[in-house]
Amino acid sequence: MGIKMAKVLSGKVSHPGNAEGEVLLLTEPVSFWGGVDHHGEIIDVHHAQHKAKMTNKILVMPSGRGSSSATAVLAELIRTGDGPLAIVMLQCDTILVIGALVSAEIYGISLPIVELQQAEYDQLSDGMRVTVDAITDHDIATITI
Amino acid sequence: MSTKLVLTSEEQAMLDGSDGPAVAMCMRIIVGVARANGAQKLIEIESVHADGTLYHGEAGLDFTEKLVALGGKVKVKTTTNVGSLDLLHPNLVHGDETLMSHGRRLMDAHIALGCEPTWSCAPYQAGHRPAFGSHVAWAESNAIAFVNSVLGARSDRYGDFLDLSAAVTGRVPFGGLHHDEARKAVLVLDFSEIDSRVFSEDAAWAALGVLLGNRAGTRVAAMVGLPGDLADGGVTEDRLKGMGATSASAGGVGLFHVVGITPEAPTLEAIVAPNAEYLKMTAADVREARDSLSTTSSDKLDAVSLGTPHFSVDEFRALAEVIGDGPKFAEQIDFYISTSRDVMSRSKDLGYLDIFLNAGGRVVTDTCTYVTPVLNRNVRNVMTNSGKWAWYAPGNLGIDTVLGSLSECVASARAGKVVRDESLWA
Repeated sequence: MGIKMAKVLSGKVSHPGNAEGEVLLLTEPVSFWGGVDHHGEIIDVHHAQHKAKMTNKILVMPSGRGSSSATAVLAELIRTGDGPLAIVMLQCDTILVIGALVSAEIYGISLPIVELQQAEYDQLSDGMRVTVDAITDHDIATITI
Repeated sequence: MSTKLVLTSEEQAMLDGSDGPAVAMCMRIIVGVARANGAQKLIEIESVHADGTLYHGEAGLDFTEKLVALGGKVKVKTTTNVGSLDLLHPNLVHGDETLMSHGRRLMDAHIALGCEPTWSCAPYQAGHRPAFGSHVAWAESNAIAFVNSVLGARSDRYGDFLDLSAAVTGRVPFGGLHHDEARKAVLVLDFSEIDSRVFSEDAAWAALGVLLGNRAGTRVAAMVGLPGDLADGGVTEDRLKGMGATSASAGGVGLFHVVGITPEAPTLEAIVAPNAEYLKMTAADVREARDSLSTTSSDKLDAVSLGTPHFSVDEFRALAEVIGDGPKFAEQIDFYISTSRDVMSRSKDLGYLDIFLNAGGRVVTDTCTYVTPVLNRNVRNVMTNSGKWAWYAPGNLGIDTVLGSLSECVASARAGKVVRDESLWA
């Protein structure tokens, strides 16, 4: 009793980085352009997690959504520190990967983005504390829950 | 899975810094995206349309100015999308100081990289039309839909940062709409049972854009049963421009085929994927989509805005014909047209521009009336024939919109209130 067994989920590194924090689980994708404000809050009134704040969270969502200007919005959130600590998706969104690549180049902040298969993805739940380890570019990422 | 990315020796050298730090940085971004997408190689592109010209925040400015500081230069022809300012008519935009100064710096940084001062969301009507089958890297959703669908060139859906990275390296990952297979229609929308008179209204093509965007999302669709001919002097081209722009706003359409009209679709068989979904469309669907683009039924009118995407020379001609030597626009109505410098200057030479200006109209270049503060603050109700403008303006500007045809827009501007002819839609 009292000993919690750590479990390790494996996925694909879409962008390298490390993070440790609490999961914010979105039941549907969110568009960063028009759907998320400058403080990391979901402002899309049609979204199931409207008003949830992604700042310093491990953002978990099925995929990306919407305008290609989401790259600039994500980069801006990373720059100001109002963004998530990591993004975990079932289906990797190129637009968000570009935002992470550019932030690494111009601000030296590397936001991990990990793609998981359904069975692994389903083991993540809202509020859970996890460690994301995606240090090796184009290799296997691990998420410890 | 053997999806390992293979670079040519030249590309590897660029990544390693042989062409300087700006090329190396852009190559890291291109390669990073290629790996995330599982692309197996990069391909060379012939042109770029850069979309990062509109100021969204400091990150975009930091990126572009960093490329300039590192000595970056574009390697292929690069046109520019609209910016946040009208450089030719500086008093038209009344944004705050940050928007004005950062917006200007962002536009200047693009010029410093060697981009052309196109400042237009319709570069394809402002002097640059890529050849059928050529590979390009275009950003700005309407331009992507147009270059793929109407010209038959090949671009995936690019956006901020990747556009300039492609311009500086001359490369993109080989993926998405660059592939033959990804260009097949997985959805067929059949309009053949609708009375074709409906499609003689330009507003109907905005409605078709909403339908296409809603039904297709990001999928490739083929539309059958629509009238038109790309060699008819610009009428069909401008209709497809408006429809594609609206579909890319209502959905994420990067490529559509109109059977018998667009170049890759001489027949449905030529472009349909096996097991494509088939939907029969009705007049009620078109009417409902049209109605969704008007947010008020009031006949009060404060302004008219045309030219989203940017007005073409053919549209200026059609407008000049509608205006003719009729009365001026009502005093209290602001009538704006957004267009490129190139189209403005050609329309002036042909005499169309002065007909519009003499009737009381105003021209906005280099930017657009829904992305930057142009409209007077008291404006509440605005009429447009553009589906894209009607889609975004209520959210961006907090105003109400009425969708109408070109002739209804002119009639309304003269009357000082909304005038619509419902007979075609009955």
